[in-house]
Amino acid sequence: MKAHLLYRDRDLFPSGEPPERTSRSSAAFRERASPVGGESPRMTDLTRDLALEVLYEAMAAGDAYLHEVAKRVVPASLSDREEIRYRQAILVDCVSHPEVVRRMYAVATSAIDRERQVWGWTFRHPEVLVRRCVQVLEIFRDHLGQLRGIADAQSAAFRSEGFTTLFAMLARELDDAFLGVMKEHLRRLQFRDGLLFSARLGDGNRGTDLLIRRSSTPTPSLRERATDWMHQLMGSQPASYVYELADRDEAGFQALQALRDEALASVAGALDVSTRHIRGFFKMLRTELAFYLGCLNLRERLAGKGEPLSLPEPADGEFLLQARGLYDASLSLSMAERAVGNDVDTGQARLVVITGANRGGKTTFLRSVGLAQLLMQCGMFVPAEEYRAGVCKGVFTHFKREEDPTMRQGKLDEELSRMSALVDRLKPGSLILLNESFASTNEREGSEIARQIVRALTEGGIKLLVVTHLFDLAESLLRSPPGPTLFLRAERLPDGHRTFKLREGAPLPTSYGADVYARVFGTNESSASPVQGGAIVEDRSGESEDNDERRADQS
Amino acid sequence: MPRRKLAKGPLHSILSEDWADAPGIEQRLQPECFSDLRLDQIVAAVIAGREAYDLTPIFWAPLPSVEAIGYRQAVFRDFEAPAIATCVTSFAERMRGVRALLEQSRKFYFPLQKQRLHLDAIGEYCRAVTGLSRAMAEANPGSRGLLEVRRYLDDYMQSEPFQALSAETGRLQTDLADIIYTVRIDGKRVEVSRYAGERDYAAEVLETFAKFRQAEVQGREFTFRSRPEMNHVEEAILQRVSRLYPEIFSGLARHCERHCDFPDPGIVAFDRDAQFFLAWLEYLAPLKKAGLRFCYPVVSERADAIRGLEMFDLALARQLVAEGGQVVVNDFELHEPERILVVSGANQGGKTTFARAIGQMHYLASLGCPIPGREGYLSRVDQTLTHFEREERVETLRGKLEESLERMRVLLERATARSLLIMNESFDATTVSDALYLNRQVLRQVMQRDLLCVCVTFLDELASLSEETASFVAQVDPQDPAKRTFKVLKRPAEGLAHAMAIARKHGLTYERVKERLKP
Repeated sequence: MKAHLLYRDRDLFPSGEPPERTSRSSAAFRERASPVGGESPRMTDLTRDLALEVLYEAMAAGDAYLHEVAKRVVPASLSDREEIRYRQAILVDCVSHPEVVRRMYAVATSAIDRERQVWGWTFRHPEVLVRRCVQVLEIFRDHLGQLRGIADAQSAAFRSEGFTTLFAMLARELDDAFLGVMKEHLRRLQFRDGLLFSARLGDGNRGTDLLIRRSSTPTPSLRERATDWMHQLMGSQPASYVYELADRDEAGFQALQALRDEALASVAGALDVSTRHIRGFFKMLRTELAFYLGCLNLRERLAGKGEPLSLPEPADGEFLLQARGLYDASLSLSMAERAVGNDVDTGQARLVVITGANRGGKTTFLRSVGLAQLLMQCGMFVPAEEYRAGVCKGVFTHFKREEDPTMRQGKLDEELSRMSALVDRLKPGSLILLNESFASTNEREGSEIARQIVRALTEGGIKLLVVTHLFDLAESLLRSPPGPTLFLRAERLPDGHRTFKLREGAPLPTSYGADVYARVFGTNESSASPVQGGAIVEDRSGESEDNDERRADQS
Repeated sequence: MPRRKLAKGPLHSILSEDWADAPGIEQRLQPECFSDLRLDQIVAAVIAGREAYDLTPIFWAPLPSVEAIGYRQAVFRDFEAPAIATCVTSFAERMRGVRALLEQSRKFYFPLQKQRLHLDAIGEYCRAVTGLSRAMAEANPGSRGLLEVRRYLDDYMQSEPFQALSAETGRLQTDLADIIYTVRIDGKRVEVSRYAGERDYAAEVLETFAKFRQAEVQGREFTFRSRPEMNHVEEAILQRVSRLYPEIFSGLARHCERHCDFPDPGIVAFDRDAQFFLAWLEYLAPLKKAGLRFCYPVVSERADAIRGLEMFDLALARQLVAEGGQVVVNDFELHEPERILVVSGANQGGKTTFARAIGQMHYLASLGCPIPGREGYLSRVDQTLTHFEREERVETLRGKLEESLERMRVLLERATARSLLIMNESFDATTVSDALYLNRQVLRQVMQRDLLCVCVTFLDELASLSEETASFVAQVDPQDPAKRTFKVLKRPAEGLAHAMAIARKHGLTYERVKERLKP
């Protein structure tokens, strides 16, 4: 019995349950749920680079379990358009009937929590475990009944394939007949007619393979017992022999209890497995609903402050993206006002080179693309008025790392090794976002390294968005692009004001000459710098320090 | 009736073919050279886990002839074939099972339990013998030792008594295994019946809830105190089961009485002796895996030339391989009239290890074992004698020297022209001139007695004592004289060459010191 709300034909977790909430390590998860090559370094880099934590918080809305599931589902992108549309349809149902979805989630959660409350210390004695399992089964029976009730009442209102199938499955599997069988088991497990088990002769003729049997006949009557006795007396072979313990034979009763336990081990094991199966079912249901609950929570947050959300259109993998009003959801979630949206259409381009003013919204734009892409590929709505993008084989990020002051010497080394690890995982059709990569060395070296990498990746069928300050790089890509390339530039108005909008535009040369001149001659108004050779001299005030530092590092 | 008579003729031991050798084939006293050559460590590791077989006496007894060595080497070669090692190993495992079952059967008092254990012991024994015989025929051994075992097994297996024993045991075991009975516990009442097809309730439960299965779930497993004995309730139940199946249980009692002493002594002896071969080869296995070579040396009564290629100290190699270290192998070669290897050279440069390796090689060859090295041409050695500097505290220098010489005297008295003497920095504790004198004296005696000898010393002069001495030198890395290579090569003793190299490295040669003194 599967909910299959996340995938039409498989579970989120092949093992049936997400790793225990208590375990902080995501190692187990990496192995379990990485439908599209979601390996650990990328996962953590993605989380950091795209500020996914903020998004998860919004999805969780205080429920740690929702957080856990969001964290696992969002980065594990779908690569198939059909799969994306499957989730999108379910999401639409959820948005129409949020209360039903929340109720189902509550039933699943309650079943799991109430089971946990049933006493449960060590079960060295099977008979004790049997008694516990009976209690748990009573609880589960009640909750399964509730689920069935919801299915009966709501199935007509839901349209998506996922929910229709789920409700039909619940109605079919949890029908009255099944709930009746469950009741019958609960009665039989009281063992009112005594305990019947079979055995074989094992090592040294000790009884072995003890198995509880369901007796077809009730306990023998007094008359039958008399017959047995007669048989014994007459030496003919009766069907059974009886042994009765003396009333004060305490050792005997202990031995008997040991036998009961050994015999009940088979049933205790079966009940243990069965209750775990049912618990697994509830957990699985909770997990799959949790994702959609998270989507509802996120929607409430963003829609609440007037941000647009739209159902994206997953396009052919060749295409990069086309968006209107695309904004960085993580950024919006962490501030009061609305985030600035961008319009972009990459057309034929598979490489986008973004240059321009510092703090002009380049990184934010990069993030908004990465985030929208991830959200689209996990079946969610995206933070944009409109979003159409090719489905890519994994989203990867290579962002400049600001921290690690202790590792100055090895910065380029670190960047290169990170890039090398990414290259191991990139496939044709992957999307990679480069944010000021290789700026840790001088411009010439950094440009040459980046140029070779960018060219190789583009030609290898990887889609790239490249934010760079390396003019040498940007300019050479403009001169001889490795394929259809779109150049974007962070806008800065003539008065120096930044709009955080990106416009199509070729990279502009930056001029140190002006800065140097200004410094040497004591001019402070760099914004008043004249136009040089037809290009606007960039405002480097924010970067000149960086560059000085960089030069100092190398000396 | 002793089973031995069943086969046509008794079974030779695979340790030795010649009945005349039999008394000496095991010794109860550890040879004195064992600790100096670290053979004690080696043997302890070899027999670890096989203590019950009491194998050490075999390791303490060098074989008395070249023929005896050849016989055992051939058996060893057979055991190197995986087919043989595997079949003998599983045979041994079963025989251990037989002994364990018999032991239990002896301990218990409840007849129905004793009898069953005894029956299973017989069953296991029959399986062991049958399996061995079949596998042995298939593995097709080439040695006289194992061919003899194979012949013996064939005869034994085909004997009528064994056939009957095996068949009846099998029948009883099947009958017992087929019994299924049921027990109904209701309060203090226990009812024992024949099983009448009642359904497995646990399976029914599993079936009902299987549809909820999300993933493989491991049900709780219970371990019950495994007490092989039965309590009186279990006995009462078993008693009633036996009444439900009277023919089977009376057959069991009769069978056990008839075959209370069933194992064949020849086969029991083979079980033990085979462990010697298995143990040795198992000990070598990880070393072989690490790339070290072993060989069957060609052993003659008195060879004109002896040599060992790529040999090494087995005890040290074992340790190094375990630690992931590199084992350095060495060669040696002596041609008549050379009889004495004089080993000199760098301190801590592997001289003692080299000497030990030669000693081990000769001793192990005399056991008929495959030995460390790629190739070996050796003379048979009747005794390996070692004279190593002892750690014992002796009050005075004189006392110590005396003790040392006294030991040497005893060794020389015991030595024959077939003996190997290994001297490791003997008389080290004296002045150089004394040491030189004493060593010369002793070596002269060695030559007189025509012993094969290894002499580890720092006295270069000994290397060119006579035409019987051959000089071996522990080498250092020519690039870095402070680095030892643990290689020992046959070449003239080097005198001060090594010391000068180290001096140069520290800038303390004549030229360098003069240079450095320049302002």
